Amino acid sequence: MSHILRIENLHVAVDGKAILRGVNLEMKFGETHAMMGPNGSGKSTLGLAIAGHPNYVITEGTITLDGEDITEWEADQRARAGIFMAFQRPVAIPGVKTADFLRHAATNVRRPDRKEGEDLIPMREFRKELKAKMSQLKIDTEFARRYVNDGFSGGEMKRAEILTMAMLSPKFSILDETDSGLDADAVKLASASIAEIGRDKMGLLIITHHDKLLEHNPPQFTHVMLGGRIVETGGAELARELHDHGYDRIRKTYPDAEAANQEMLAKEEAVAV
Amino acid sequence: MTTTISRNDLAGFNQAGFNQLLERRIDPVWITQARKDAWAAFESMGWPNPRDENWMRSDLRGFKLDRYQPIDESETQSVQNAPVRLIQGVDVGGSLRSENGVVTAESLDPKYAAQGVIFGSLSRCARDHAELVKKYLHSQIDIHVDRFAALQAAMWTDGYFLYVPKNVVVDKPLHIHAAMGDGKVDLTHVLIVLEEGAETTVLFESTSSNEDADGFHCGGLELVLNARSNLRFVGLQDWGSGTWHFAHKRASVGQDANLQWTIAAMGARFAQVDQRVALVGPGASSHVNGVMFTRDKQHLTYNTIQQHSAPHCTSDFLYKAVLQDRSRTVWRGMIKVDVGADKTDGYQRNDNLLLSDNARADSIPGLEIKADDVRCTHGSTSGRVDEELIFYAQSRGFTRVEAVRLIVTGFFQQIFDRVTIESVREALGVAIARQVRQYE
Repeated sequence: MSHILRIENLHVAVDGKAILRGVNLEMKFGETHAMMGPNGSGKSTLGLAIAGHPNYVITEGTITLDGEDITEWEADQRARAGIFMAFQRPVAIPGVKTADFLRHAATNVRRPDRKEGEDLIPMREFRKELKAKMSQLKIDTEFARRYVNDGFSGGEMKRAEILTMAMLSPKFSILDETDSGLDADAVKLASASIAEIGRDKMGLLIITHHDKLLEHNPPQFTHVMLGGRIVETGGAELARELHDHGYDRIRKTYPDAEAANQEMLAKEEAVAV
Repeated sequence: MTTTISRNDLAGFNQAGFNQLLERRIDPVWITQARKDAWAAFESMGWPNPRDENWMRSDLRGFKLDRYQPIDESETQSVQNAPVRLIQGVDVGGSLRSENGVVTAESLDPKYAAQGVIFGSLSRCARDHAELVKKYLHSQIDIHVDRFAALQAAMWTDGYFLYVPKNVVVDKPLHIHAAMGDGKVDLTHVLIVLEEGAETTVLFESTSSNEDADGFHCGGLELVLNARSNLRFVGLQDWGSGTWHFAHKRASVGQDANLQWTIAAMGARFAQVDQRVALVGPGASSHVNGVMFTRDKQHLTYNTIQQHSAPHCTSDFLYKAVLQDRSRTVWRGMIKVDVGADKTDGYQRNDNLLLSDNARADSIPGLEIKADDVRCTHGSTSGRVDEELIFYAQSRGFTRVEAVRLIVTGFFQQIFDRVTIESVREALGVAIARQVRQYE
């Protein structure tokens, strides 16, 4: 399979404030990309813009999937086309069982032309598959009966996101700080799970601060984002360098981007106040 | 020679119309007298005062009683196409059907009849089982409470009477369907009496011949649960979207008796429902599950009272509403605890989910406690559907409308979890899913 997700000159604004200022990125099916960068640099914004969040307004540039321009598509169209994002903070949907949610989601994604009201994947078949995936990811089957993310611990939420990724088997997955809020053991497990489900089976864009999540997922490409732009791209060694030494070198090398980053952070704080 | 009175000769809801009703009916004397008293009460009262707590959020200006005419119950009533939803795949133990407020079909499994169960037309039972009906009819509803209660007590055309004798268990659900034609009226009365230790389930639904049917429903409902009896009562109100719906609903729950009452309100342009559950014997308990789902310019008002008159009783009311378009719901909840009703455990909650900026949900919980040793809790929430939830579901391949439907279904799940009858859960799920419209 050869699929390509291409981001060209992407500018994104939230509430009228420019965040991304010309991002270029090309990912092929089977590749693993790490996206690193300090707080407020725009990493999550890139993920949400690719996933199609309505508040992340694309003001310039394009996103294409296998040559098709999906810049204007709704989030559900993108999901059905093979784009997936594991949320940093997944929301709870009280009253909706995880299994029911995933069955409907998997049906829609596997049959992109499915019309509303048409049959879902047969219950037995789906249960069997879900059970197998849960055991592969060492998730208690009791999980399936719980309401979507409702009362989940941080670790449970992240594992549920990886389970969802496993059930939807997308062409491209964006993992938005799947390691945040997890202890060392949980990060290890998440890293191994991502490798198990995603490695070579999709394109992975792993957004992270640390290299722990990359332990089982050595990236072919490491991108550094600062001030809403990708300022540097390297291999796995770049991820290690950033983890060991932080972003000081990057900040000094790209003063314009650093200034933009500080400006964005200041605005964020002003809003928070 | 016989003369038939043509429809044009039928008077309205006025003195002449009332006289005609008395003339054509074959009622026992005591009922005729009760009707006359109620008519006098109706005549002496004005329409509800907009300053009255129960009516201050209800706009009656569009309601014109003289647009409707009483039904001539001596004529054959026929209502086509009014859907039945609650008994898909259910083996019922008996059923009643009324058309425009007149019972036209009655059935009851002979094994229940042999045990003394009575299930039939209220008009007929008032003659055949006069002592029983006389004892309980309007024993719970104060006909002087407002003009609609008085009108209904004076001019009810028919109704449904269920009597379950001591220790008899009716193990199959009983079904009642009230059907109403476009522009017609339904003045029925529900009277259910469970003797000591009796047990049964009643599925009641009211529907119109067409989805946008006009109509006037003015009803009464009385549930009498004697000691240790157990009643599950489900009411699905799905009148046409042009229908005016007024009802007084009362339950009296005796010692250690248990009432599970589910109310689903989907239809009608305007509804004003006063519901009161009185816990009259020690250890009585009641669970009320209310589901409201509104659209267009619907306006539904539920005034609920949990009346604790005896010690050690439990009442648990949960009302949930989802509102679309320019619709409006009003929920007033009141827990009243009488002197001496110690160890009362009262709970009331109302949650509202607004799918549109133009919808409005008023929620007015209240407590009135005259006993010392009680536990009463209440709460309410109202909020718009969370766009982040919609995005999350969309990012998993749900269309926007599927996402909203999912969130709405999840919102009501807490109530479905409390409804112990599968066919009812399914019917409500389907009715709710159908109601979710495409919106931005």
